[in-house]
Amino acid sequence: MEGVFYMAAAVAVISTALVIVQMNVVHALLYLILSLLSAAVIFVTLGAPFVAALEVIIYAGAIMILFVFVIMMLNLGTQSAGMERQWMRAGMWAGPAVLALLLLADVIYMLAVSPRVSGYAAKAAGPREVGIALFGPYLIGVELASVLLLAGLVGSFHLGRSVRQRLPEEGEAGGGEGD
Amino acid sequence: MAAVPMEHVFVLAWVLFITGLVGVLVRRNLLFILMSVEIMLNASGLAFIAAGFKWGQPDGQVMFIFILAMAAAEVSVGLALVLLAYRQFRSLDADQASRMRG
Repeated sequence: MEGVFYMAAAVAVISTALVIVQMNVVHALLYLILSLLSAAVIFVTLGAPFVAALEVIIYAGAIMILFVFVIMMLNLGTQSAGMERQWMRAGMWAGPAVLALLLLADVIYMLAVSPRVSGYAAKAAGPREVGIALFGPYLIGVELASVLLLAGLVGSFHLGRSVRQRLPEEGEAGGGEGD
Repeated sequence: MAAVPMEHVFVLAWVLFITGLVGVLVRRNLLFILMSVEIMLNASGLAFIAAGFKWGQPDGQVMFIFILAMAAAEVSVGLALVLLAYRQFRSLDADQASRMRG
């Protein structure tokens, strides 16, 4: 189990360091997804499988999809086509692929020794305990989180709507930049 | 249960947090700044999970779920602001937005 943890930790540190030195946003996103996946593997070794599933579904799924949507909506101009050709070399995906293969080996090893893993995580708090704690003593936190999510929803809706409303005015005033 | 010493987990969380902090301080691209904030939130969540595992309590995981909800709300508003800033300044440079109106 220690080996699984240390390998996942190494993958997390390497991919996180590579996120902040990338020049291309999409390459950085690949490494960021890898960093979140390795964090999920670490959570499993720390006896939190429920949170690991949430990490994969919400962080590496939903939030990263938001990033990809925004990068697509930004559509950084026509010069990006030439840069894209320059970036899409065969070696570009080698780094994330190697790190992801390390993580996959980690997970396969954990599945192979799964009786020991479940014994290891016997002390850990499963989804049942988390749910009881979440809707027992932390109920006020759940309510506050729901208010926060509502505020985020209203805020992002307002910002997105003001973009759409301002665009025709900009088109009339500025002679149309052609978005 | 002494498989992984807690100090190592906390050192890992610390390293990840410092990496995110360096990303926020060094990069001037708004998308990279948002990604570094995500890294820092994830590192603090890792510290919560480790602490919850050390004492065998579910509270750390509850805190991580709260961090998750907060990160989702933060990133949705933040990305909407990035879109607005790009429309306004035609670039993602954070230093472009250093002047106030008037």
